[in-house]
Amino acid sequence: MTHPDFLWRNPDPRPAYDVVIVGGGGHGLATAYYLARNHGITNVAVLERGWLAGGNMARNTTIIRSNYLWDESAAIYEHSLKLWEGLSAELDYDLQFSQRGVLNLAHNLGDVREGRRRVNANRLNGVDAEWLDPDEVKKFCPIINTSGRARYPVMGATLQRRGGIAKHDHVAWALARQADAYGVDLIQGCEVTGFEILKNRVIAVQTSRGRIAAGKVALAAAGHTSVLAAQAGIRLPLQSHPLQALVSELLEPVLDCVVMSNAVHVYVSQAHKGELVMGAGIDAYNSYGQRGNVHVIEAQMAAALELFPIFSRVRVLRTWAGIVDVSPDASPIIGRTPVDGLYINAGWGTGGFKATPGSGWVYADTIAHGRSHPLAEPFALERFTTGALIDEHGAAAVAH
Amino acid sequence: MLLLDCPHCGPRDENEFHYGGQAGISYPEGETTDAEWAGYVFLRDNPKGWFRERWFHAHGCRTWLTVERHTVTHEVRKPE
Repeated sequence: MTHPDFLWRNPDPRPAYDVVIVGGGGHGLATAYYLARNHGITNVAVLERGWLAGGNMARNTTIIRSNYLWDESAAIYEHSLKLWEGLSAELDYDLQFSQRGVLNLAHNLGDVREGRRRVNANRLNGVDAEWLDPDEVKKFCPIINTSGRARYPVMGATLQRRGGIAKHDHVAWALARQADAYGVDLIQGCEVTGFEILKNRVIAVQTSRGRIAAGKVALAAAGHTSVLAAQAGIRLPLQSHPLQALVSELLEPVLDCVVMSNAVHVYVSQAHKGELVMGAGIDAYNSYGQRGNVHVIEAQMAAALELFPIFSRVRVLRTWAGIVDVSPDASPIIGRTPVDGLYINAGWGTGGFKATPGSGWVYADTIAHGRSHPLAEPFALERFTTGALIDEHGAAAVAH
Repeated sequence: MLLLDCPHCGPRDENEFHYGGQAGISYPEGETTDAEWAGYVFLRDNPKGWFRERWFHAHGCRTWLTVERHTVTHEVRKPE
């Protein structure tokens, strides 16, 4: 038996590129892919400090949905979901994209009103959404404790049947392979340490592997965006927090949908391999430490066991944390920056994975044309000065 | 879990506290431009390193304190 071929080259950096993307996670790889596919821009490097897709792409809970409240969010996430629906075929790689349905539970009257409102808003925006009463929830997901005496009574749920999960590694590998095939250089172990800016235009990046000249530079660095932007003299409305997740030991199939509960900060699905994948809320304090507190996991597990008593003797296999960049309105920041030629795609906070293809699509278009893609326009950095926020905090989901 | 030294109650577990973000943010004086106001409302430092921050001892003396914490190692020290 021979080792399979490598999916992409491992090139040394060239002295100059038309576009340098900083960050080789899902969004950076998708951006490189769509720059090549949609705009014919292939003289591109993706610079990754560590290894490809080893940051949040390897740490998220892979939930995909588009049932956001506000028009601007619904539009960009639905665009992304539509891309997901064709992505396995397009990339010729089984992404294990499984539209198994996403439930968002309501535990109190406020949740019920918010959920019903969101279902109506989703439908007006062409996003599939249904409201389930408690009996229907029980039918759709029999292992949820829907008894009236539950600590967190289930008073209903929204259901997006087209939502689901995908295999995060496959997504990264497939995008990397196709970007590489277009001629994009994916350069790992290459940390950006500074920017060369001449007359307010970025002309090169300094890296741990030397200077690389760039026509345009595009940040796609998630939790480390603030650190990079500071090197270009830009302050951003972002705060970096650990976001924890965990997996259980492998189980027989027991849960065939995604269940989310914003009120108690629980989201659960069962991966194809069999482990339960659960996410918590962010740890409260700023951190770049890629680890979280046990008490956050403990609170989240306590709530999960109230909802799923059947999991009471399941053992946790491992926990981990990724660093997420949270913006004041819990919506992403996409577009130009005060430095010409320097672009930003950040602030996806706890919900960036689902946006991977959509984000790459609109970011590539924004970079290629030097102006915001129509779907990205509302997400420009200026909104924090104009006050036109897209406040998804309480609306669609605290836990993205 | 962090052990935070409350000036009133002594060293206490982190989950008795509420996080308050960057310390030393004061209300802007006089007339402000939109950009200055946005800065006051939305812009906070986000350093990879030492960070001066506020904590509220919610389940104790219910007073605010300022600590310096390293955002990678999570080491805590008294602010200078």
